[in-house]
Amino acid sequence: MSHQLIRSIEQEQFKEVPHFQAGDTVRVHAKVVEGTRERIQVFEGIVIRRRGGGIAENFTVRRIASHAVGVERTFLIHSPRIDKIEVTRFGKVRRAKLYYLRGLTGRAARIVERRRDLTAAARKAAERAAAEEEAARLAALESGTGCC
Amino acid sequence: MVQGLIGRKLGMTQIFDEQGLARPVTVIEAGPCVVTQVRTAEKDGYEAVQLGFGIAKKLNKPEKGHVKESGHMVKTLREVRAEDYSGIEVGQVFNADTFAEGELVDVTGTSKGRGFQGGMKRHGFSGSQKTHGQSDRQRAPGSIGSSATPGRVIKGMKMAGHMGHERVTVQNLKVLRVDTERNLLLVEGSVPGPNKGTLLIRRAVKNQK
Repeated sequence: MSHQLIRSIEQEQFKEVPHFQAGDTVRVHAKVVEGTRERIQVFEGIVIRRRGGGIAENFTVRRIASHAVGVERTFLIHSPRIDKIEVTRFGKVRRAKLYYLRGLTGRAARIVERRRDLTAAARKAAERAAAEEEAARLAALESGTGCC
Repeated sequence: MVQGLIGRKLGMTQIFDEQGLARPVTVIEAGPCVVTQVRTAEKDGYEAVQLGFGIAKKLNKPEKGHVKESGHMVKTLREVRAEDYSGIEVGQVFNADTFAEGELVDVTGTSKGRGFQGGMKRHGFSGSQKTHGQSDRQRAPGSIGSSATPGRVIKGMKMAGHMGHERVTVQNLKVLRVDTERNLLLVEGSVPGPNKGTLLIRRAVKNQK
């Protein structure tokens, strides 16, 4: 229940981010400042949670580093220090917070891949895109500039 | 220019600075503040500017008479100092751009009321043991004084009582952003009082370059 002016301040800072959820594998291109120069570091792993809302929304990525050491990093979704987020794999999971992965190693810690992204949000986006395409096709036909 | 403004606390959020770090900010609706009266040394014995803020639903006759000259039915009145009193007239309006980005301000408000609270919450007493045969003593304040000498509890003893709902000033908060369009000040950190609470924002008395 925040004030609408506060919401608008937050929305001004929102970034376009791809749809992803817990269980998905992502590559986070994070900007790292070393002394004076800045470079981009890629952190790839499984999203184990998304939490918070508005501008404070964040997510945690877990990856198994060398020597089988688990490393987790939490990022603010709308942070300007994130160059981009790539979703490389959609995972099939049955809960929103995958803390149980911390206790598992090797084969047990794998997540089954989802064939297609069938979550409501993604489905809606796909439907919208299809509807737009259809509308564009109809418009083209009507104006007589279509095929044939 | 006046040295302060009346504002309304809208709530907190965070913004990203140039380095990309998230900074906690309080959003304050600061202004428009209309000058309702100018206090002068000859007439009042001191110099100040009386500002009005907000829209009053209802004012009684004396209040209406007081704000008549300014032309605004203001809800809240506060007095602030000014750098220069010449050129400040009744009816003049000051907005959030009175303050600049990067400037330090002191914010005064009325803290959230907590009601009647015990010593642990009100003064940070540590209470006593949970074990070793204790009963009914976990949140007790302990001793409040000596015996026959002085034979009374000294004044100002920290005890249970009403907490909060008092005037609190937080000093040296940095103005991170000034939104002149919507009359907003984004001040780093928290300020006293609940959302929608009235605040007095003044140029910091300390650390001013």
